[in-house]
Order: sequence, then C-alpha cells, then structure tokens
Amino acid sequence: MGLFILRRSGVMIITAICLTFIVFFLTNLYPNLEKLAKTQGNFRMSDEAVTSWLDSRGYTQPIFVKYGQWLGVVPGWQFENDKGEITGRCFKGKKTPEEAAAEAGLCGIIQGHWGQSTVFKNEVGTIVGARLSRTGALMFWVLILMIPSALIVGVLAGMREGSKTDRTLSTFSILTTATPEYVSGVILITVFASSAVGLKWFKGTATAAAKNMPDGYGWAFMPDWMVGFWYRVAEAPTFENFFLPVLTISMFGMGYIARMTRASMAEVMTAQYIRTARLKGVKFKDIVMKHALRNALIAPFTVIMLQIPWLLNGVVIVETLFNFKGFGWALVQAAGNNDIELLLGISVVSVVVVLITQLISDIGYVYLNPRIRIS
Amino acid sequence: MEPLGFLEIIGRVLYQFTSVWLALIILFASSIAYKRKLGLYGKLFDSPIGMVGFGLVMFWVFTGIFSQFDLIVTHDSLSQVSGMKNKIPGTPLRGAEDGDYGWYLLGGDNLARDIFSRMVDGSWVVVQIAPLATLFAFMVGITLGLPAGYFGGKLDTIISFMANLILAFPVILLFYLLVTPEIVATGVPNFMATVLFIFPIIFAGVLINSRYHTQPAFRTPLMIGVLGVMLWIYLSLISTNGFLVENKDYSIPALPEILDLFDVSGGILVVFVSVVFVNSPTVFRIVRGLAMDIKTRDYVAAAQTRGEGSWYIMLWEILPNARGPLIVDFCLRIGYTTILLGTLGFFGLGLPPESPDWGSTINDGRKLLSIYPHPALPPALALLSLVLGLNLLADGLREESLKD
Repeated sequence: MGLFILRRSGVMIITAICLTFIVFFLTNLYPNLEKLAKTQGNFRMSDEAVTSWLDSRGYTQPIFVKYGQWLGVVPGWQFENDKGEITGRCFKGKKTPEEAAAEAGLCGIIQGHWGQSTVFKNEVGTIVGARLSRTGALMFWVLILMIPSALIVGVLAGMREGSKTDRTLSTFSILTTATPEYVSGVILITVFASSAVGLKWFKGTATAAAKNMPDGYGWAFMPDWMVGFWYRVAEAPTFENFFLPVLTISMFGMGYIARMTRASMAEVMTAQYIRTARLKGVKFKDIVMKHALRNALIAPFTVIMLQIPWLLNGVVIVETLFNFKGFGWALVQAAGNNDIELLLGISVVSVVVVLITQLISDIGYVYLNPRIRIS
Repeated sequence: MEPLGFLEIIGRVLYQFTSVWLALIILFASSIAYKRKLGLYGKLFDSPIGMVGFGLVMFWVFTGIFSQFDLIVTHDSLSQVSGMKNKIPGTPLRGAEDGDYGWYLLGGDNLARDIFSRMVDGSWVVVQIAPLATLFAFMVGITLGLPAGYFGGKLDTIISFMANLILAFPVILLFYLLVTPEIVATGVPNFMATVLFIFPIIFAGVLINSRYHTQPAFRTPLMIGVLGVMLWIYLSLISTNGFLVENKDYSIPALPEILDLFDVSGGILVVFVSVVFVNSPTVFRIVRGLAMDIKTRDYVAAAQTRGEGSWYIMLWEILPNARGPLIVDFCLRIGYTTILLGTLGFFGLGLPPESPDWGSTINDGRKLLSIYPHPALPPALALLSLVLGLNLLADGLREESLKD
C-alpha cells in the first residue's frame, strides 16, 4: 500500500509539472505577452516599446529558463536599466546593484514564492488563498446538499427496480444530468429571483455572500483560521443569497451520483444473500437498511470523489452567473487578462485537487471493497 | 396590431414549426411500420423512453435543417428593429411593412433582435458541430484506445498518461487557453486540427488494409480511392486561403485555393478542435477498457490461433463486439458536446458575439436576467430539451441492446 501511494504521488508530481508547463507555454506565446504588455502599459504602445517592456520584466528569456525560475530551480532574473537601477523577480521595486546582489537567488513555488498577479496587483498566494476560502464555503454547502439527496434518490429508486418510484426518480435524475449549470441557473433565477415574473424568494446574485470578515469579529477561544472558516460558511452567506448558487451546482452533479447509486443498489438487491434474508422473512425495511445499503454505497463513493473536480467547472460557471467573487471568478479574470502567474497558481491548485481526489477514491475503494487488494 | 395573448403565442409558435411536425410524423410513421426490419434502430420504437428521446432529438435536427431553408424563422436573426429592445413576448412589430411577420413571438433581446428566430437559427450551429465533433473524438479515441487496451505495456502507459493529463485540466481553463484570438493568431489550433483530423484517415486506412491485405488487386484501388477522397477533404478542412497558418510572422502553405473544396471559418474550426480535444481522452478510456475486457474472449483467441494480424483482431473482432456500449456513449457524448458548446458560448469564447448559438444567447441574456428573463429562457430550454432527448435516447438504446 505504501509503495502504491508513493508511486501515485510520483505520477502526481510529474503530471503537475507537465500541466503547469503547458499552461506556461500557452500563456507565454508572443501574442499573449504582447496583449499583456498593452493592457498593463498602454494600448498604443509601439512594437519596440512592447519589446522593452517585456525585456525589463524578464518575459523575453527562453521558455525553459522562465519556467525554471517560476518553479524555483533557476535563479530569478534581474534587469538593469540605463540608470543603473535593478529590478528583479525576487524583490519588489527598484534597487541598487549592491542590494540586488544580496537578494539574488532562487525564488519560485518551491520556495513558497508564487509571484505577482498583474490583474489584482497582489501576491498570487494571498489571492488564491482568499478566493479558495470563499469557494470552499460554497463547496461545503454543495456537498452537504448534494450527497445526501443524491444517495436518498438513488437508494429509493434502486430498492424496487422498475416500480413507479423508480421510474419517476430515474426520470428526475436524467433531467438533472441534462441541465448544465448555466441553464438551471437561468431557470432558477427566473422562477425564484426575477423581479419581473418571479417569486422573489431568493436573490439572483451571491455578491453579498462573499463579503470579507469585519474587523474584530471572532472569539478568543477559537484559532483565527477556524473563525475565518466559520464566518465564510455560516455568517456571510444567508439562505436568501446562497441557496440558489448552491442548488444550481448541486443539481448537475446530483443526477449522475443518483444514477450510479441506483445501479449499484439494484445490483445488490438481486444478490443471493438478500434473497435468503427475504425468504427468512426479514422486514423489507431492515433488508434495505442493514443488508443492502452498506454494499450498495461502495460504488457511489468512487463516483462522488471523482465528481469533485467536475464541481470545479460548475463553480466557475455559477460564480460568473451569480457574481460570487471566488476561485472560479478569479480564474475567469486571470484567463481573460492573461495574468500568467495567477493562472499558474490556479492551475496548480486545481490539478492538485483533481489528483488528490483520484488518489483518495482509489485508496477508499480498496478499503471499502474487500475483494480488491493491491499487492 | 394588438399584442398577442399567451395561448395565441403558443399557437403561433407551434404553427411556425409545421414543417418540422410533418417531417416528424413521416419519420415516425414509416419507422414504426417497418420497425421489425430495421435492427437496433427499429427496436428503439418498442421503448417509450427511447421514442420520446428520439422525437426530441429529431425535432431539433429537423429544426436546424429547415431553418437553413427559411421555413421556420419569422425574422432575420441578426437584424435589429428599432423600438423592439427587450420587448416582452407577443409584442407587435413596430413599423411592420407588407410581407413582414407582424409580431416578435418570443419578444426582443437587448439588441432588439427576434428571440424566436435566434433560437431556431441557434439549433443549426449545434446540429452542425456537435455530432461531427463527437464522431471525430470517437475516431481519435478508437484509433488510440484499441492498441492501448490490446497491446498494453509501455504504449498503454504513455497514451494513458497523456489522456489523464488532459483530463486533469479544468475544462474551462483549457478553453480559455485555446480559444482566445491571441492563441488563434499563433496557429496553435490549426496545428492541433492538423494532428487530430488525421486520425479518421489512419483509421480508414488500417480498417481497409487489415481486412483486404490478402487481396492486393482489390485493396490497392480501394485504398487509393477512399484515402484520396479523405485526404482531399482533410487538406481542404485545414487550409484557409491556401495556407495552413498565416500571420504576420510566418506562414505555412497548404492546399492551393483552386483545389480547396470549402472554407471553415476560423471561429468554428477553433471551437470544433477544442471540443474534439476535450472529448477524445474520455472516449479513449472507454475504448481501452472495452478492449481490455474483450481481448480475453474465446473468439479473439480463435482469431489469434488462425494467425490473423493484430489490427484485424482489433478492428474486425473487438470493435464490432464493443458497439453496444459505444453507440450508447455516442448519444450521451453528443449531449455532453452540446453542453460544452453552450459553455463556450456562455463565456463568449470562439464563436462571433452576434452568433445565434444558444450559449452566446444565454450569455447576452444573463446580464439583465432579473429584469428581463425572457431573452435567456428560450435558448436555455432549447438546450435542455435537446440534451434531455439525447440522454433519454441513450437510455432507451441501452435498455433495448441489453435485452438480447
């Protein structure tokens, strides 16, 4: 088992390196850099001005050198302008040659230096952290809503295959899998939030749910990060401004999990030991709760874990639709403005999420299913 | 003229679709009459779910096709009529002349265009791209997945690693990286098109060769014919104005303009390529799994004992026996491709902003959603019904193919 995890971690790191390199390569293509220079500098820059702008910020070095600097295995660039002032990757502002020489060295993500975001004018690490905590709260409520309802729908549909309940619930799950977030979001906003025809039960934006924690909020007996998380999950969001986005994301993922649960439940219900129990006269309720349920939930576990990366997609759409300034919203902003280092930070986080959920699902499957052993 | 009431709107919308209803009735009547002779397609008409799904899908297919002959639309989907901005459904057309349709049946959008006509025209974009892109993704997935599953070993490890790499990308990040004007200018999508679109040719070549290599007199002319036509279409597809890539720094010449059969506009090609690229790894994984399962069967062992070549076994023994799950997945995947196309439109990527496709229309409509919900709803419901139809169709096919 230890060897298995070790090997998977190795593959994980290689995958992450390849992926970030692809992102790095695509964002560093010359037309993209030119656009970056023009949006950061000014739109009427001449070609020479663009080149010198890029030169002074280290963008014109060979791609592998730049990638190495970002990773932290090659010393960061330094650039001396005609006045003898030095700018560099590893420090902010302008320095004299002596100061700059002291600062020279490695500074990449291995050293914990994630770089600067050109759109938000802030450290990438800070931005990604703040955005992740907001999106984490969203995901928390999505999982709380999605998993139990999907499992209940699946178990109810699968316990009597072919019954009326089964037909109804299966149609419902097919309907939800056929409704992408931007469709269900539009429909839900129209029905529940629109001021023209809707019921006006909820708000059509979740901007208020992303507000920052006010100063002086908190309790002495709780560590800061716990208070922060509590604030994001329970205080800032209200039912009025958070229910629609949570429901929109949950619906798309729910149908798929429910269908998997139904299939696995239906299969378990035809097993010999269930038939034996029924013939012995055990009550149907007890058969479902005590005998079938545990075996029927192995397959959905894997599906749920693999569904989490997919939720990330939904998060991007929903955060754009409901104007919730979280991780997905930052991705759209970064990608739209070719904010290279922020995009790289975001890719690292999402790749790590994808790969870790895959790893957990593999390990969990082995633990839950006694028929599979990794030698 | 008076504004239309609710029932009148519904009646008039249904009337506009007359040609589609007729086509659907003819299709269903003839299919049900001959269903015993039509194999799996005929069996579909035994399952009510499958029939509903097929009906929904064919509705949009016919709508897409007939919209090209101007049979359904009431107005031009791009022209703006002053005074019709954000008007509610059933508003009479301001300043209508003779020959103009009198109303905006589903209202006007933010730029005073007819929503009903845009929705109808949007179906053509989907009907054009989604099935074809899915087919290409299947070609890529099958051509790579069969050898990976059949041979295993290093080949499998390498291809699987690449597939997992693409799958680990968040789809939207990938779209943002591939489908921006700056990336299009570098020609990256054209290079990807060059690589991805060659797979159908490889597939066809191997398919014919593995079957007929014992009869060279028959095989060689057939190969030259089929591959020649495919190669010509391939070169026409990837070259625009005689160049593969043309920008201010460099250009790569391709097929001369005289021989170029058709031009695909840049936006559509990029969208097409990125959708194929995102779908292929999943197809690859399915085909690989099926191949690994089927290669242990007795008939494969029998073919190996007969001394058949590996490609013959893969394409003529394994692939036909994997057709059930593949057909079902094909239907599901067209639905997923439709969702992806909508996602691209929703973020305003790829297709031109005035394009009537459903995703772009939803994106236009969402900004004023809480005041004017009517521009965004029709395309949203249209997309929902098409994807639902494809899902139901896949479900019906799965049920029927499991029966025997």
